[in-house]
Amino acid sequence: MNAPDRTGLGNAFEATASGTLTGAPIERVEDERFLTGAGCFTDDVRFEGMVHAAILRSSHAHARIRGIDCSAARALPGVLLVATAAEIGHAHKPIPIRLAPLPGLDRFLQPTIAADEVRYVGEPVAIVVATSRYIAEDALDLIETDYEELPAVTGIEQSIAGAALVHASVGTNVATQYPVGRGDAEQAFASAPYTRRERFRCHRHTGAPMETRGLVAEWNGSLMRVWGATKVPFFNRGLLASMFDLPETAVDMIETDIGGGFGIRGEFYPEDFLVPWASMQLGRPVKWIEDRREHLMAANHARETECELEIAMDHDGTIRGLRGRAMADLGAYVRTGGGVAISRLAQYLPGPYRITDFACEVMAVITNKTPVGTFRGPGRYEANFFRERLLDLACADLGLDPVAVREKNLIAKHEMPWPIGRLVPTEGEGAYDVGDFHSGLHKALAAIGYERLPRGGTRIDGWLHGVGVACFVESSGGGKSENARIIARTDGSFDIYSGVSTMGQGHETVFAQIAGDELGVPLDAFRVHHGSTAHVDYGWGTFHSRAIVVGGSAVKLAAAQLREQLDALAATGHVGAPAEDIEVKLRYDTRGPTYSYGTHVAHVAVDPETARVKVLAYVALEDVGRVMNPLLAHGQAVGGAVQGIGATFLDELRYDEAGQLLSGSYADYLMATSTEVPAVQAVLLEESPSPSNPLGAKGAGEGGIVATGGALANAVGDALAGYRLPLTTLPLSLDNLARALRQARAAGNAPQAGH
Amino acid sequence: MKPAPLDILAPTSVAHALSLLVEHGDQARLIAGGQSLMPILAMRLAAPAILIDLNGIGALRGIHAQADGSVIIGALSRHRDLERSDLVAERLPLIAAAMPWVAHVQIRNRGTIGGSLAHADPAAELPALCLALGATLELHSPRGARHVAAADFFQGVFATERADDEMITAVHLPAASPGQRWAFIELARRHGDFALCGIALTADCSPIGQVLGARIVVFGVSDCAQRLPQLEAAIVGTTPTPTSIDQAMPALDQVEARSDHHASSEYRLELLATLARRALRQAFGFDERIAP
Repeated sequence: MNAPDRTGLGNAFEATASGTLTGAPIERVEDERFLTGAGCFTDDVRFEGMVHAAILRSSHAHARIRGIDCSAARALPGVLLVATAAEIGHAHKPIPIRLAPLPGLDRFLQPTIAADEVRYVGEPVAIVVATSRYIAEDALDLIETDYEELPAVTGIEQSIAGAALVHASVGTNVATQYPVGRGDAEQAFASAPYTRRERFRCHRHTGAPMETRGLVAEWNGSLMRVWGATKVPFFNRGLLASMFDLPETAVDMIETDIGGGFGIRGEFYPEDFLVPWASMQLGRPVKWIEDRREHLMAANHARETECELEIAMDHDGTIRGLRGRAMADLGAYVRTGGGVAISRLAQYLPGPYRITDFACEVMAVITNKTPVGTFRGPGRYEANFFRERLLDLACADLGLDPVAVREKNLIAKHEMPWPIGRLVPTEGEGAYDVGDFHSGLHKALAAIGYERLPRGGTRIDGWLHGVGVACFVESSGGGKSENARIIARTDGSFDIYSGVSTMGQGHETVFAQIAGDELGVPLDAFRVHHGSTAHVDYGWGTFHSRAIVVGGSAVKLAAAQLREQLDALAATGHVGAPAEDIEVKLRYDTRGPTYSYGTHVAHVAVDPETARVKVLAYVALEDVGRVMNPLLAHGQAVGGAVQGIGATFLDELRYDEAGQLLSGSYADYLMATSTEVPAVQAVLLEESPSPSNPLGAKGAGEGGIVATGGALANAVGDALAGYRLPLTTLPLSLDNLARALRQARAAGNAPQAGH
Repeated sequence: MKPAPLDILAPTSVAHALSLLVEHGDQARLIAGGQSLMPILAMRLAAPAILIDLNGIGALRGIHAQADGSVIIGALSRHRDLERSDLVAERLPLIAAAMPWVAHVQIRNRGTIGGSLAHADPAAELPALCLALGATLELHSPRGARHVAAADFFQGVFATERADDEMITAVHLPAASPGQRWAFIELARRHGDFALCGIALTADCSPIGQVLGARIVVFGVSDCAQRLPQLEAAIVGTTPTPTSIDQAMPALDQVEARSDHHASSEYRLELLATLARRALRQAFGFDERIAP
């Protein structure tokens, strides 16, 4: 089928004008199987004798487990296994931190099943396996739990105050606390002619992929095979093997097609131990498919942070310094993602601006809510909203043009590489590698037609119009190395094996494009295999927009080596495919992260009487170094922006004061649909190829979401300029915006001509 | 999210359905389109042992024109049937205008008018439409049939006048007066979500435009759809202009508004005032080009 022409690229074609496959908007080879229903997702995996698991989850935010009576559940016909911490015994271990193990976090690891205490609504308490999921859920209803309720901690301030402790034995709710900075912020503020301080809040929400989590585990007496792996299958294999005291080679993680990852899917969760454990007990394949209610209460949440942020400026808009205090609500336990989001938040508070003097106190606290993890652009979305909103508030105070102030402060091309200092305690000094931030700003403004747009509260047919701008920079391409293996087959085809996994991005297409250019053969000569632990010695997985930057570079170098061998064979007079398979294995080590950057611009109209916001136009511009496939890169950018538009207005995981989740279904957890989002215009630049990898690529998966909160809040603020709203809290839900308008009217800040 | 074990019985006549309802008592629930009941079952918020499936009862289908200009809608009519009906568009334009606001097209393909009225969600459109149009509900039980005015039917959140052994079989909608004015307006967080506030209204007018009677109904704000008699009284007798509508607004009734995590009661009351004014302007042709 033809590609949709929403990208403005025309229909897909096979190669660029210069004849390369990379750079061409080639349709995904994956699409045919997805669109014809021929994909194999986790729930499509079925085996003879397979049985079904369901998890009993805590209904309390915080309680002591006095007793669990499973006898009635065990007696139900069709039930094969009911197990609690008592039955699992010594195999029940805490799940370690995979990334950003900030000091102190390891005191709060999550056990694979609750033993004595439950600390959030949704925490696993028992696993049931039965001949059908229906019977397994019937059995859950028959398990009698006796809880003694304990006080629930549900807010950051309450957690810091420490009157009630989530983990009494640790003695504090503060999981980590550290200062970061560069230059001398105190000095910069002492001499600054203008300062403004605000307290910002970003709401708890999450990625909510279309396919929930799920896995099928089968133990055959010597080998544990797990279908449904993604993101980091090799890490998870090592972890599962260690929990069972097995060698790594006794565990295979096998990737299926995946309906979206967004950071939350594929991390090691309690169920990733419980389901294989059950399979081991029963000697039968066990399937567990997370339902949507479980997903919203048990899979990683994200983003809930508060930040006191203060800016120092000259009256001409030159930023003199930035300082603040960033606090994250981690939920009840520290999961595999450790301190990624909060540490990146602090790192990206200064953003793409020439801010030499910066200081931030970072704190992460434990509460009786679902633990958090990473979600597309972790820390960046939050930091970008805080800083970009504060910039616009300062511009309003000083009577300055927000675009001019950004132009004045963006780091210039000739200042690259620009040292950012050591802003993450688990990392060394960093530097933005290369970039023309000004060009990104100017091209984004041109793309939306900034000069012609009604803004500043211009009223058209009752709607007030506003335009908001937000600039960003963000890192990608982490995870130190990646493996690639390519085999030239005797029939002239090639098999590419990679250590990265995929959640639907289109790596099967792009890796073939990259190898095709090296080997000078067409796309359909390749079969791409990814993500399963059987393919390569090790793989670092897919996160931090690393698959092309690191995994693609490995494929490119392996293909180049294979090309040399095939050329040598040809030099001997051999014609055609090799007489026997030729294999190249290669490990590529990165030279540090890449930095994508860009600007988002939003045009909105607001009905000040109902607080309704219409997003009329949205431009997400990002320089990704080199675009491997414009069709897929545009898809990533548009998808990210849509997810961010939804997150900024709708998505919200709400709890009551007792720690009960109020948004545990899609009737209450609202995601953007086609009626809420405009046709997002994604602009991808290739002005600053990364010097750090042979492709020149930078991550392209997350820039679409990073600046959405900042650009949209600034656009709404501009539309309602007459009300002088602070808009320091996300989401910009109808209720929140209506409250802000009510407060402005009560304070006499409303313009005349009420409607 | 799998329902607890249950049996499904599939009667083919109203009498059979009613006898099953009596036989199984509170163990049984009637199911029509299932668009509200199925999620309730999947989340195990209810676990009836028996579902009495009404979908095989042909007599409950159909939208029937009456000679007096009125319309009778069978309880099993899908929202989509109403949305696409020429008869509804001609005789009940308020319903035709409101139907696209009822959830999403997939839900409208299954959901029924009888099911929506019996469920009585505070944010549902159909109870409000019935109030604004002066509808009468036809209910049957083994004790016989009776007609209940919509105004007497809705009693609270998921609470109605329907007795345990009764089922809604049809909705009677009286003929509109010549030149009847109407308006429908709703605000939800996303299109198709439960309304935070909505207004459905009809107004009967004299040939020179004087309002002779009005039914102004709010839904989504309080426990069930309700008329706004004081606002109605302020409009009746006037020949509306934008100014006269604004002048009537201070008469807006005191309504007890709900508060939840989507909208505070303050916000719902602000919406009520705004949407009621806009609906009146829309009804009398003073389009201010903002919607809702």
